[in-house]
Amino acid sequence: MKAYFGRRYMLSASHRLHSEALSAEENRAAYGKCNNPHGHGHNYGLEVLVGGPVDPQIGMVVDLAALDEAVRARVIDRFDHMNLNLEPYFKNRIPTTENLCRAVYDLLKGALPAGQLESVRVEETENNFFECKAE
Amino acid sequence: MIFLTRRATFSASHYYWNPAWTAEKNEQVFGRCARRTGHGHNYTLEVTVAGEPDPVTGFVVDLKWLKDAIEREVLAAYDHRHLNLEVPEFAESKMIPTTENIAIAAWKRLEPAVTAAGGAKLSRVRVYETPEIFAEYRGEA
Repeated sequence: MKAYFGRRYMLSASHRLHSEALSAEENRAAYGKCNNPHGHGHNYGLEVLVGGPVDPQIGMVVDLAALDEAVRARVIDRFDHMNLNLEPYFKNRIPTTENLCRAVYDLLKGALPAGQLESVRVEETENNFFECKAE
Repeated sequence: MIFLTRRATFSASHYYWNPAWTAEKNEQVFGRCARRTGHGHNYTLEVTVAGEPDPVTGFVVDLKWLKDAIEREVLAAYDHRHLNLEVPEFAESKMIPTTENIAIAAWKRLEPAVTAAGGAKLSRVRVYETPEIFAEYRGEA
């Protein structure tokens, strides 16, 4: 029987939304306060949902310790308390939460057993969040 | 299609134990959750039904009806109970009361009532064991 297991994590990072393709004025118009040259930060809430058959031996769909380890090694260690703009992943990408969400999804997809990752949600603040799932 | 969710909470105790295994193996796999004296959680249950709003009432489902159904079918059996000892689907080690299995069991308790009421279909049951850990079942085989 297929069920899903979700786990929440948190990471804190800074970013600045700025596109090289836009003029200074266009950047300010597009990104507002988020274009502030010195950047700013968030406590990002991260929600990882994995799916699979419930193993009758343990009643679970995932090894929680293995999931925690994958998230820590691939995502938390990489982005927590970092400036996202300086991360190689964001060299040619703007570190919007949309792109951070996709980064987390791609990094975890490669680290978890095939087909296990269902979706990733990244909450930038209490009032806005983004989801990435297999399409 | 509109998805409507009603939230409810219950508090229950449980432990994890596979009777086919030795005590050592249970402790190795389940850690502190294998302590036979049990422990408890404040669970949050989210029940989502899907359907089209009724042209007369504008409701996908009457929320009061859904609240009562959740209380009657799930909370009456689970709230302030020891899941391993007092809830039939988990008792006598029939099923380990993990968050995944609680989501599946709650679905099985609710689905006949929602279906019998006509209209909306049960879409998802999500169970939070803590604010950081949850499981959900969508009726998939």
